Amino acid sequence: MTIKNAIEVSHLTKKFGQKLAVDDVSFNVRQGEVFGLLGPNGAGKTTTLRMLTTLLKADAGQVKIFGHDTVKEGRLARSLFGLTGQYAAVDEDISARQNLMIFARLNGLSRPDAKQRTTELLHEFSLENSADKALKDFSGGMRRRLDLAVSLITRPALIFLDEPTTGLDPRTRTQMWDTIRHLVQQGSTIVLTTQYLDEADQLADNLAIIDHGKLVKTGTPAELKQQIGGTRLNFTVDQSTQVGAAVKLVAAQVADAVQQTGQQLSVRLTQMAQAAPILTALNQAKITISQLAVQEPSLDDVFLNLTVGKN
Amino acid sequence: MDVQTHSGNLFMNTATMAYRNLLKTVHNPDRFMDVIIQPVMFMLMFGYLFGGAIAGGVQAYLPTIVPGILMQTMLSAASGSGAQIREDLDSGVFDRFKSLPMAHVAPLAGQLFADSLRLLMATVASLTTGYLMGWRPAVGFGWVVAIAGLAIVTGWALSWLFALLGLLAKSAGAVQSVSLMTMLVLSFMSNAFVPLKSLTKPLRFIAHLNPVTYVITAIRQILATGSWTHEALLVLAFDLLIVAIFAPLAVWAYDRN
Ligand SMILES: Nc1ncnc2c1ncn2[C@@H]1O[C@H](COP(=O)(O)OP(=O)(O)OP(=O)(O)O)[C@@H](O)[C@H]1O
Ligand SMILES: [Mg+2]
Repeated sequence: MTIKNAIEVSHLTKKFGQKLAVDDVSFNVRQGEVFGLLGPNGAGKTTTLRMLTTLLKADAGQVKIFGHDTVKEGRLARSLFGLTGQYAAVDEDISARQNLMIFARLNGLSRPDAKQRTTELLHEFSLENSADKALKDFSGGMRRRLDLAVSLITRPALIFLDEPTTGLDPRTRTQMWDTIRHLVQQGSTIVLTTQYLDEADQLADNLAIIDHGKLVKTGTPAELKQQIGGTRLNFTVDQSTQVGAAVKLVAAQVADAVQQTGQQLSVRLTQMAQAAPILTALNQAKITISQLAVQEPSLDDVFLNLTVGKN
Repeated sequence: MDVQTHSGNLFMNTATMAYRNLLKTVHNPDRFMDVIIQPVMFMLMFGYLFGGAIAGGVQAYLPTIVPGILMQTMLSAASGSGAQIREDLDSGVFDRFKSLPMAHVAPLAGQLFADSLRLLMATVASLTTGYLMGWRPAVGFGWVVAIAGLAIVTGWALSWLFALLGLLAKSAGAVQSVSLMTMLVLSFMSNAFVPLKSLTKPLRFIAHLNPVTYVITAIRQILATGSWTHEALLVLAFDLLIVAIFAPLAVWAYDRN
């Protein structure tokens, strides 16, 4: 079987007044993958997601969900995905159980089915003990969990999550990551937005970096890191008189220029194996070093490199 | 893996949305206040405070005040509709409604359906309080049901008007204050609490322009004569006209949102 695209986005554009919030964005999301939309505040992540989920009309461009045009076949497209927005979309005045029941009914489940699904989801998201309490007393984490539970009522094959872990404490965030991984294991396709690089790194199979409404880069986390970062070897030369000699020795071993800040040297390695001859050479020249570190590339480098200024 | 879902059904979706709306009324003290507490409190307060001064006694005042408070309650329950719609549209929940494969106008239809049930609740609260205070219309229970029906139909027609207001307004706060003002002016500048004869000339002129005056007069006439009067039929026709004008406008404004 060939891998099909869950989503095909072409030339999506949205203007708010004079401001181009989303500027000619095109990408595909493959079935079964986690696709991350990464960008700083105001980059256009939510606007893009709102257009993908039919909440906002695009000024130009086309979105296909499992092959169905979201404009021409809106209702059908809507039945194929679940959405958890950036801000909790649950009713504050009523209980978690009532929320689930109502949304299950609105999704077209019969009353007994809705009841059963509600019980299942309350259990799955550990909300049984507060199922009948007013949502006003819920913590941010519980509200997020309920919000996600509501979007999973129909077990959609495609799930949109807008900043699913913003505002959660580290423990709750890890739980949310586990939940997302679990959904992927069950075969769901997930599109999530995030401002957190570690989150994108942890979860996403493919990433699109968006800034000022434009897609600036797409690829796997590894590819993006490779393009920008690469592994670096960092160390400090103990004696300032030896720095010059050290730079020369290291430069002889690698292709890239050696970066020098005071007595600190930093050099990009194409392979880890390059570290050994450098260290041996330094040792033979009786140059003592400290604070030796091999730095793996991080998405932070990618992010800071590609995104500029305020949105 | 798939859960069976039937495609959006306007009737079912509307019923679910109305159920949600009523749950919110019951759980939210503000909304509950409008529908149950306010009519009971006003009936007691007005009856015992002004009964002596206006009619020479509580019992004698009841035939005046019960229809008056009933209509005031209808106005205030109906005027809640606009603020509730605005609040809903501005909340994140509405995004979810829009992203569901459900009937598009179900949220609006559900609100209006719930409004009619809220009006029924408010009517029962008002009339029961009147009964407990000693109100016993001579025409019998059947005609009490008839005037309850007339009041509810009128209230429901007005909630379309307030719904339109909510759909066009910028914020729930704005709708709330406009609705409250309208409600106060319409209920007090009428014959709800005092006989028209006791009003000064300009006030009497305004009260005569106020449609609420005609509804209350119609209710009092029905209770006095035990028959559908000319006035009552006029009120019903007026209600129909309001719905015929404002329901399409509300749907139009809803689509625009
Ligand atoms: N309804 C709107 N009207 C006018 N401008 C808007 C509207 N919605 C978004 N914008 C603007 O469009 C740009 C993109 O906003 P968007 O909410 O998509 O960003 P985001 O990437 O989701 O940011 P955040 O991380 O803060 O959620 C912003 O400059 C924002 O001010
Ligand atoms: Mg956002």
